[in-house]
Amino acid sequence: MPVEVENVKLLDRYTNRKPANGTLYLTATHLIYVDASAEVRKETWILHHHIATVEKLPLTTSGCPLLIHCKNFRVAHFVIGHERDCHEVYTSLLKLSQPVKPEELYAFSYNPKMPKDNREIGWKLIDLKVDYQRMGIPNDFWEITDANKDYEVCNTYPPEIVVPKAASKATVLGSAKFRSRGRIPVLSYLYKENNAAICRCSQPLSGFSARCLEDEQMLQAIRQANPGSPFMYVVDTRPKLNAMANRAAGKGYENEDNYDNIHFKFIGIENIHVMRSSLQKLLEVCETKSPSMSDFLTGLENSGWLRHIKAIMDAGVFLAKAVKEEKASVLVHCSDGWDRTAQVCSLASLLLDPFYRTFKGLMVLIEKEWIAMGHKFSHRCGHLDGDLKEVSPVFTQFTECVWQLMQQFPCAFEFNERFLLEIHDHVYSCQFGNFLGTCYREREVLKIFEKTHSLWPFLLQKKQEFRNPLYKGFTAYKELKPNTLPFSFQFWCGMYNRFDKGMHPKQCVLDHLLNCMSQKMKLENNATDLENKLPFLDGPLPNEVCSLSKIVNASVESSKTPMLNTPQDYESEPPALLTNGAIVEEVDIMPDQDQKNKENFANHHDLPDLNSTMEVIESDAKKEKLQHQ
Amino acid sequence: MRNGCAGRNMEFAELIKTPRADNVVLHRPFYPAVEGTLCLTGHHLILSSRRQDNAEELWLLHSNIDSIEKRFVGSLGTIIIKCKDLRIIQLDIPGMEECLNIASSIEALSTLDSVTLMYPFFYRPMFEVVEDGWHSFLPEREFELLSSVTNEWRLSYVNKEFSVCPSYPPAVIVPKSIDDEALRRVATFRHGGRFPVLSYYHKKNGMVMMRSSQPLTGTNGRRCKEDSALINATLRAGKRGYIIDTRSLNVAQQARAKGGGFEQEVQYPQWRRIHKSVERYNILQESLIKLVEACNDQSHNMDRWLSKLEASNWLTHIKEILTAACLAAQCIDREGASVLVHGTEGTDSTLQITSLAQIILDPRCRTIRGFEALVEREWLQAGHPFQLRCAQSAYSNSKQKWESPVFFLFLDCVWQILRQFPCSFEFNEHFLVMLFEHAYASEFGTFLGNNESERCKLKLSQKTMSLWSWVNRHQEPSKFKNPLFEANSLVIWPSVAPQSLQLWEGVFLRWNRSSKFLDEAYEEMNNIIEYNKELQAKVNALRRQLAELETDDGMQESS
Repeated sequence: MPVEVENVKLLDRYTNRKPANGTLYLTATHLIYVDASAEVRKETWILHHHIATVEKLPLTTSGCPLLIHCKNFRVAHFVIGHERDCHEVYTSLLKLSQPVKPEELYAFSYNPKMPKDNREIGWKLIDLKVDYQRMGIPNDFWEITDANKDYEVCNTYPPEIVVPKAASKATVLGSAKFRSRGRIPVLSYLYKENNAAICRCSQPLSGFSARCLEDEQMLQAIRQANPGSPFMYVVDTRPKLNAMANRAAGKGYENEDNYDNIHFKFIGIENIHVMRSSLQKLLEVCETKSPSMSDFLTGLENSGWLRHIKAIMDAGVFLAKAVKEEKASVLVHCSDGWDRTAQVCSLASLLLDPFYRTFKGLMVLIEKEWIAMGHKFSHRCGHLDGDLKEVSPVFTQFTECVWQLMQQFPCAFEFNERFLLEIHDHVYSCQFGNFLGTCYREREVLKIFEKTHSLWPFLLQKKQEFRNPLYKGFTAYKELKPNTLPFSFQFWCGMYNRFDKGMHPKQCVLDHLLNCMSQKMKLENNATDLENKLPFLDGPLPNEVCSLSKIVNASVESSKTPMLNTPQDYESEPPALLTNGAIVEEVDIMPDQDQKNKENFANHHDLPDLNSTMEVIESDAKKEKLQHQ
Repeated sequence: MRNGCAGRNMEFAELIKTPRADNVVLHRPFYPAVEGTLCLTGHHLILSSRRQDNAEELWLLHSNIDSIEKRFVGSLGTIIIKCKDLRIIQLDIPGMEECLNIASSIEALSTLDSVTLMYPFFYRPMFEVVEDGWHSFLPEREFELLSSVTNEWRLSYVNKEFSVCPSYPPAVIVPKSIDDEALRRVATFRHGGRFPVLSYYHKKNGMVMMRSSQPLTGTNGRRCKEDSALINATLRAGKRGYIIDTRSLNVAQQARAKGGGFEQEVQYPQWRRIHKSVERYNILQESLIKLVEACNDQSHNMDRWLSKLEASNWLTHIKEILTAACLAAQCIDREGASVLVHGTEGTDSTLQITSLAQIILDPRCRTIRGFEALVEREWLQAGHPFQLRCAQSAYSNSKQKWESPVFFLFLDCVWQILRQFPCSFEFNEHFLVMLFEHAYASEFGTFLGNNESERCKLKLSQKTMSLWSWVNRHQEPSKFKNPLFEANSLVIWPSVAPQSLQLWEGVFLRWNRSSKFLDEAYEEMNNIIEYNKELQAKVNALRRQLAELETDDGMQESS
């Protein structure tokens, strides 16, 4: 099957710079492009699962263009010499990028060559029971029940769920009949300090007037599990109009009159279709070739993307405030309670609890609110060939909300932006089992715990590069109260123009600080070594034990601070006069430290085009001459 | 740094009808309202609370006040003061008469006609002057630096009486081969007498950047052979140069009707002309007003905010200025060509371009002293009319054509480059914010007057303190130093893609949202880097100690 096509050009997305020329390979899992024209051999790897669309553009004089859009927002524009080759690559990619059967997914063939035990331990790294224990559950009001062990309550919930102790089995089963797809109210997060809880469910099957005693009891049990508050909130995260329309289909929302002491509230977050088209518009703006400032800002506004991000953030803030300040429990739902509900509940937890801002905590949060509670990753991410209308950037939006918070609270998170991007990549990569399928039951059927690896241990191994040097520790900030005025939201260039390195700051503060951290360890060791050595030679530091065996010369190499952030390649680069953005991540086949460092501050820039300016001037000048004659 | 509360300065006594008022309540961003006594002095508005710890007080320079509004509810008056640094404060003053008196006094004191009544003429520094900033960046010194690398240039005093060009300094750097007589002739051919002078010499390849005003070709294509001789003198044999005209071709053509114009190819065959339109005058001021309005209105939803941000065009201007500056820098560094930059007068957009190009090309300009020298050379001595341009800021009511945030935009552009190259600048954002504040209202004389000639007449260097004396008073520790700085000698090319340019939050959102968490992050970053430096110093000291001990041992053994 391996395909190899020579004489393939890779166009630079923004510039008239001479395109790279090289060879394109298709393997079982990756598209690999090897740039032969560069002095240093450069490789670009694109995972088939990351490919969102492949387009064959009209034939040009230089060949047949192939445009690839990736789910991690990489855009690769190849030009292939022969039409026939292009067509072959095109059809192969179509097939490879849209597997039909789950068994074809990368996770089932991915083999990192580790002992079986390690793989199994990996799956045990995140234990949701431990997180409930951390919240103090089970306690007088809440219990972990296996009521759903045979999926008789809800087939998209995990076997174990947390419900009020006061809710009997009959209440649970009765309520399940009254909730869309049986997604009954269960606990998402308990704020230990005041017993206020965040619970989640799907919409009630209320239609215009239907009631359900057990469902009413269920809500009452949730409210009474928080004796400190006389009422609870029921938050419908949909726009009111959408919720009302659902009544005609026998679904809908809670009638305040039927439930005791609930405060019902709509929070207008749009549905998956609106979000999908919003992202589409945003990406079009990001891809525009040399847009003016006006084009960009108008496009950003028209996409509505930041408006949606703000709506989600506002909802999260509302929940956190209700729990923390009003000491009231909140029940959240949307339609099915697996998209907007997941976003809002996980965001509120992140705002309330510093644990979720640690490496482990974010993993737990994603496992708990997204994976376990049945966010349909497989459909939303389009893992398999299927209904495109099911695809929606719901998880991407959550990731962005976390990033927006990191911008406002740079010292509150243990991890950095790269950690978010890495998780986001793997949600789409299908390299690990975590995000396969749509719910717990499906993952059992797929045998992912037996056949695939978990992402989390893999990420923890790379902890050093994902850490936030500015993190002030677990206790520095308790709950976060972000500013949600529009100007507090920024366009996330690092995500949506991630592969256009020329647009990013050319020197990276994060790299600099990470470097400081490793430098610090070396220096501390050096200092200890030296101090140990000195007292033996009658030095002034008698408190140290002498150790002759340690030799100091190891410290010499670190005495010179590496200039990690100096753009040393600006000078050697071929005239970049007319260049601007970069498109692909360039991987060296022979990793050489210097070269790697250089990659950190990409050498591409978005500079104005001198030639095109010239053309304008010259044509203007000609016009001028004509006028003179 | 402060005058006493009483009206010490007799000149202002008649303007101050009510020098003090009790029970005044002050509202300002991020602080709880505080009640106290309001005092008006000749130059300050002071509020001191009755609390003993004296913590809550306000010292506001009258010249920092951009506009005031008054409102009355019964006999309680409210004055809203909008400052040039974009802050808005509110004073509730009991008593209608007091309030009216105070408002009219503030109005009068914040719009004094005579420069010599301004605070810098009264200010007495409380710090020790280590180095007199008025003499820190003399043209002679700058020329000395140039002389060490090339001998093709000379310092001309043709303008020592300000008679050849009223907006130029007495000493300018010109090609050695051009004598003063020729300069006088060229001056008559350039708008306002601003003949081409050296702005920057690129050591790496010997290429130069010159600046001037437009040539006065008029409609009949008047020419001046000394003018072409002057700029041709900067070219190497057989090489071409670029003229960057900061106006669109259209505007440049229209300028001919008013006696201005541009360099025609026929008369300047060795030069290629590029038009890069950069906006000027009150269009920029209006842009600033709109942007600040958008930032201050917290009722906007996301769409409205983005649309207001777009409609202000502020970031469009930023992009256009940076683009032109990159172009100039590219011509010099990449094309290996010399460049002449001008617009109409050569006192606004021209200076934005020449100074930013130097930030890109010259590592010295990215140091604190180097940047001060740049501001001194390319803005103050080059005759940017600070007093006219910075008379009012974002809350201006007068909307005069000459008010324009030209220097403010330059600082914003520098901030954009700093954000993209966070390790390449010796100074930090605070330094830029400080310069913005002082350009609009200051206790120092540096930004008074519109050019060297006016500054000379005002005897600023004898009668006022230079801002640089204050900034450079101590080397360490400085709140203006960037902890990430690692000197690098390279050219730094910023990206001008819209995705790479951002709203300068440190200025525009400064009073609209708390920066507590961002300040903490900056502090944390500083700590990390400082700790490493200390560790390094400790390791070095230990190593030295060890080496000394070992040598001692060696000596003992050998003896």
